[in-house]
Amino acid sequence: MKRKILGLTAGILMLSLLCGTAWAKKILLINGAGATFPYPLYSKWFYEYTKVDPTVNFNYQSIGSGGGQRQILAKTVDFGASDGPMSDEQLQKAPGVLFHIPMTAGAVVVTYNLPQASEKLKFSPDVLADIFLGKIKSWNDPRISLDNRGVYLPNENIIVVHRSDGSGTTSIFTDYLSSVSAAWKAKVGKGTSVNWPVGLGGKGNEGVAGLVKQTQGSIGYVELAYADNNKLAYADIKNSSGNFITPSLESTSAAVGGKLNSMPDDFRVSLVNPDGADAYPIAGLTWILAYKNQDDSQKGEKLVEFLLWAISEGQSYSSDLLYAPLPESMVRKIEEKINQIVY
Amino acid sequence: MKIKSADLWFKKAAAILALSAAALVILLVCSMAYYALPAIRKFGLHFLHTSTWDPVKEIFGALPFIYGTVISSALALLMALPVSLGIAVYLAELAPCCLREPLSFLIELLAAIPSVVYGLWGIFFLAPFLRETVQPFLFRYFGFLPLFQGEFYGVGMLSAAIILSIMIIPTISSISREVFLTVPSAQREAALALGATRWETIRLAVLGYARSGVLGAVILGLGRALGETMAVTMVIGNRPEISGSLFAPAYTMASVIANEFSEATTDLYLSALIEIGFILFFVTLIINIAARALIWRVSAKIKAK
Repeated sequence: MKRKILGLTAGILMLSLLCGTAWAKKILLINGAGATFPYPLYSKWFYEYTKVDPTVNFNYQSIGSGGGQRQILAKTVDFGASDGPMSDEQLQKAPGVLFHIPMTAGAVVVTYNLPQASEKLKFSPDVLADIFLGKIKSWNDPRISLDNRGVYLPNENIIVVHRSDGSGTTSIFTDYLSSVSAAWKAKVGKGTSVNWPVGLGGKGNEGVAGLVKQTQGSIGYVELAYADNNKLAYADIKNSSGNFITPSLESTSAAVGGKLNSMPDDFRVSLVNPDGADAYPIAGLTWILAYKNQDDSQKGEKLVEFLLWAISEGQSYSSDLLYAPLPESMVRKIEEKINQIVY
Repeated sequence: MKIKSADLWFKKAAAILALSAAALVILLVCSMAYYALPAIRKFGLHFLHTSTWDPVKEIFGALPFIYGTVISSALALLMALPVSLGIAVYLAELAPCCLREPLSFLIELLAAIPSVVYGLWGIFFLAPFLRETVQPFLFRYFGFLPLFQGEFYGVGMLSAAIILSIMIIPTISSISREVFLTVPSAQREAALALGATRWETIRLAVLGYARSGVLGAVILGLGRALGETMAVTMVIGNRPEISGSLFAPAYTMASVIANEFSEATTDLYLSALIEIGFILFFVTLIINIAARALIWRVSAKIKAK
């Protein structure tokens, strides 16, 4: 009896193994890992792409940009994804030439809770930096009223709220503050987590939004998509041309446009504080990281096909999910880059 | 003969399983030490007593996190212990029979709630309630104490300690209840026969007898408080600062690891976070050893009597 069962189990195992290899031959699995910020868009892409090319399947794990960078460096995934560009030092550690391929852009908005304010608030860059530095402590500070003429501002303490978890959102926001304020750059700097001079930390967009919603007199920052979906109040920010810009997909795309002329060849560029009269100044790119020389020619070919699809047709899915589509002229440049991948 | 060899095999298998648990702990310590090495080399003992946590400039000091973990857990224990003992005494000694089972079931249910749910409740109910009602009250009547000064944020050390105490109450109370139930009736009857009141009976015969068991319950509760991550992160305010006020935001070791691990891009940063995990492990170990020693002393005393 025992032997019979054993034989049967072995048979089933063999059969499933055979089926498994046959199935694996038909559908190619490409693994990726990294940034959480573009995850909703990526998963939409991967889903839609199965209709374009049913022979390939993408498995993406949104473990964070840090994890994505580490895994692509260790070659445990076929592609990585990151909200922040990798440093020269990190790229030197890579076992091959690593490409940064921009996939989409996102904006970070300044949200606040000040029910007394009759109108939408506006901030100049230096005022924003000094609020987050803790130098401007009260809502009725003359420097805030200067930007918001005619808006009633109470004599109430400003409570700063920031992300407690490391995130691309923080990276974009602190990058912006570093680029507009020398004091911020010297004291705090930019990064996925920083040493905040003041304020409370909330975990995730939802943590920051939750604290801001419940704390009168608070100010914080979240992704544009998150703020829109949750109907949070957010401020207009003065850009480098001196205009107050409402964050939107258009003004984010304009920010990408504003950097086109100064775009380096490897696309490792920060979008903050761009040129352009309509550009919203607190925006950032998110990248897919892939090696120039692909080890597996089959996977490499499929990956290149997918990337080309994502930056052209794929961009049409961006707006629905509140990501800013990349401008046409930029897409051309990125296509050139993708076509340099050797497989 | 066959049975004997089966026994032998069973004994060996069980021994291997038991040893593998020990091996796992050793492996854990070794690998943590290995990955923490860059940070240990760079900062040495400074890591333990400096308070700057700056991932940008790569200056790391863990003191605020150690402080936050120890103080929030200690405060939680301070609040949870009397309540838990009250619950346990009532359920084991005083409650009418029809209430005992449903009540203890409800309390054990508290332990089954996922910690993220506690965290959400903390953000949406507890923190606003503290900010608008409890903190102004404490400030008004006890504001002369540095413990109750500063801005009312709602989130902070106080809310973290309260959430933690609610989370460890079911652990401490249900184990204490079980321990009280094991106290022989002869103990109680003897006390009553000597003319003790209900309270005196519970205090002398039950609590005294069950002391070491209750201490064990406390250790388990403390273990949960020290390692709790999600709920605490959501309500503690996540600010690596040491403040004398309970209203001020703080940070714990488990929280900083959970918050920053996924986006820690540089090696030194990652290594510093792993070193925090290493320290958390040792803090837990030291507290457990101390508590174990306490139990031994207490039970030795009881035996000596």
